Amino acid sequence: MTDKKWAFEELEPGVTIPFGEKTVGADEIVAFASQFDAQPMHLDEEAGKASILGGLSASGWHSCAIFMRMLYDALLADSTSQGSPGITEARWKRPVIAGDTLTGHTTVLERRALKSRPGIGLVTFRHLVTNQKGETVMEIENPIMFKMRKAGDAR
Amino acid sequence: MSLDRFLRLGETMTLGTHTFTAQEIIAFGRAYDPQPFHTDPEAARESVFGRLCASGWHTCAMWMRYNLEGIERDVFGDWDGSGAKPEFGPSPGFSNLKWLKPVYEGDAITFTRAVTAHRPLASRPGWHLVTLAAAAHRQDGEPVMTFDNGVLMKAT
Repeated sequence: MTDKKWAFEELEPGVTIPFGEKTVGADEIVAFASQFDAQPMHLDEEAGKASILGGLSASGWHSCAIFMRMLYDALLADSTSQGSPGITEARWKRPVIAGDTLTGHTTVLERRALKSRPGIGLVTFRHLVTNQKGETVMEIENPIMFKMRKAGDAR
Repeated sequence: MSLDRFLRLGETMTLGTHTFTAQEIIAFGRAYDPQPFHTDPEAARESVFGRLCASGWHTCAMWMRYNLEGIERDVFGDWDGSGAKPEFGPSPGFSNLKWLKPVYEGDAITFTRAVTAHRPLASRPGWHLVTLAAAAHRQDGEPVMTFDNGVLMKAT
């Protein structure tokens, strides 16, 4: 039993959950890049403008981390999540430029009970991150494990 | 010099080893992935993982850090071919990412990379798509993460 809002049972194919908004500041772009992805277009405004990305842009891994926080706040925090085995595919479609405001949503594609782990099911999502112009900046397909409210509730 | 030799096509390059501390696991977790098993050693003991472990995204980001350090150390070969030295650009994304085992505090993780293919892009003259196999292994040799990554490269 659980008092969480989202368990395996609620996550039916087609269910869509909106993300909140997150404005990405220059300082955090530079801080993340300094630690993990110290390339000029992620560290310096001028170098960013001169690059193919066209401005001070977040590391793609930073965009993934920001997306993770959006998914946590929108879904995982109040769920029976048991972690994820991986990412099927992630596409960085457009750069995230300093000052951009990101949002998006996730949609359940499919789900199944795990024979190997009774009481736990695997839910596959299509996550979409968009910017303030409505453009898609990132698309991710990703399975996540959730506990069931009742073991054997797999459909 | 051919691009195959420059990119060391098919060769697995060791990029470096990083020991994950509780402090950095918790800092990353609090900022980006505040599930209790990434932020709270007590709660982690009650979780499926049994101990404090790094966000999978933290392991990815750390791979990128060692990947860049590897490029700076010239893991890729010296360029003595015709034309300018090839330059790396942005990445279109990655696929088949598997978080195979948790990365626990104190684990020493070794990162590797191998170029698996490269081809010119018809849509962007002068640019090539380079495909990489990325991996991370624990101190006992167990793989903890693998993925396939792409990166654009400017080369004439």
